[in-house]
Amino acid sequence: MIARILATAIIELHIARRNLWVVIAVGLMVVFSLVLSAVGSAPIGELGADRLSVTVASLTSLSVYLVPLVALLMSFDAVAGEAERGTLPLLLTYPVARWEVLAGKLLAHCAILIIALVAGYGAAAAIAIVNDPAAMSGIGALWRLTWTSSLLGATFLGIGYALSSLARRTSGAAGLAIGLWLGSVVLYDLALLAAVVADNGGSFTKNVFPAALLANPADAFRLFNLTASQAGGVAVGIGGAAGTIPQWQSLMSILLWPVFALWLASAAFRKVEP
Amino acid sequence: MTSTLTISNLTKDFGGVKALSEVSMHVAPGERVALLGHNGAGKSTMMKVILGLIAADSGEVSVCGAAPGDADARSKVAYLPENAMFHSALTGLEQISYYMRLRGEDSAGAMALLDKVGLGAAAKRRIGTYSKGMRQRVGLAQALIGHPRLLVLDEPTSGLDPVSRRDFYELLDALAAEGAAILLSSHALTEVEARTDRLLILSRGRMVAEGSLAELRRDAALPVAMHITAINGYDADILAAIPNAIRVNDAVHVTCSQDEKLATLAQVAAMKGKIADIEVIPPSLEDIYSHFSRRDGQ
Repeated sequence: MIARILATAIIELHIARRNLWVVIAVGLMVVFSLVLSAVGSAPIGELGADRLSVTVASLTSLSVYLVPLVALLMSFDAVAGEAERGTLPLLLTYPVARWEVLAGKLLAHCAILIIALVAGYGAAAAIAIVNDPAAMSGIGALWRLTWTSSLLGATFLGIGYALSSLARRTSGAAGLAIGLWLGSVVLYDLALLAAVVADNGGSFTKNVFPAALLANPADAFRLFNLTASQAGGVAVGIGGAAGTIPQWQSLMSILLWPVFALWLASAAFRKVEP
Repeated sequence: MTSTLTISNLTKDFGGVKALSEVSMHVAPGERVALLGHNGAGKSTMMKVILGLIAADSGEVSVCGAAPGDADARSKVAYLPENAMFHSALTGLEQISYYMRLRGEDSAGAMALLDKVGLGAAAKRRIGTYSKGMRQRVGLAQALIGHPRLLVLDEPTSGLDPVSRRDFYELLDALAAEGAAILLSSHALTEVEARTDRLLILSRGRMVAEGSLAELRRDAALPVAMHITAINGYDADILAAIPNAIRVNDAVHVTCSQDEKLATLAQVAAMKGKIADIEVIPPSLEDIYSHFSRRDGQ
């Protein structure tokens, strides 16, 4: 079982390396992290927080958009691509379980994502620490951001595999992935904000809104990091709600989402008839 | 001997269209069986059911004593799809190493396997640069991994040149000699005629004929043709002597049933002073195949 998962992971790493996914993912994370850390260094004097914590707060806002995007871009092709290339029927006649195939792909894609995260966050952190030696005190926040980003990535990889299985065609899977990304990280928050404004402090804001934030893996990720961060004050919008939701709840959402997404993926893949 | 593959009363329906109806067959260890049929006759569907890729609606399938698609069955069955496809970014060596690991084999043997199918020199090139024939050989190499008890090969020689085809059948013969059961589909009739033990003909999802070529030839009872070349001036005599003879260009053509073959030959032999040459043409495999396929209304 382990050997088959590893074999699949190795072959996926070969493919990702040749398709330049590793370069693209790392490049995206590094460039955006550096840009944000340059922009995000402005409010430092007023807050009195260490520079790295401020950088982490900026990176959190960046990762909410970028990590799901990179994860979906890597995963939308996973099943639909194999089906379209015609490689899926042969693979499924091998003595390998479908979940093992997905686990192998997940392992490879997670590895690439983690490399990209470490490179991006590392570059931003290095700049913060070089400019402000006191920034070392924010290293805990950076570590927290890194592992939660990895879990967020795993969630969207799983969702991407599920979409890929449901769509059967890469064009359809790509459309679904982009739609899901827009919906979950952009429109979802806008809709919630609009509802909160319209509700004007009523029962929606008190009861439904916190649950709605926790139900979205991207929002739960942002909540958790901002609740934990000392520099939560620099966050705006949804982040303002961070104080009202206990940290353990957002943590549970972060931990449960990858499990649910992978269950979803494997259920959808099981239904694929090559 | 127990069969490696046994199918009884297999039926598969795609949205009201019967892809397979009441198909029964078996393949014994060491036996090479060819599956013939028009495009859409149900060959690929039958193979996919055997491999467990799609489920049958009714009927029973036993693959090496297990249900199709079982982990146990999959570990003993090799498949070569029609137009074998692989990820173009991978090299032949990487692809075969991967398949070997999935079968629990040591991937160190990948190079030897590629050498065996004549891809040793191209092993480290990306499959995207391969020709169709080379891709087909990668497909063949993966079908040889381990010691499969059953090989299911969907048009295995399409895209291969004549020399590669001969090499391919030699590999198959060696596998069959070791006890592997082989089920292959093909449109190259002359090829399977010489290289398989038994033929199955599917038409519109039904098994319309089964047996060795000699058996099918006998069952079909197709007419035998004779082309007679007369010595100058004697063709009129021959046309008069043999009632159903006709003149085609410079030759005399006679068609008779299998039963009348010897009697007709005796008539011809009686006129041996007037005949320069005679050619007896038995019904070809194509004729026999068409006979069984058409009988079903095609």
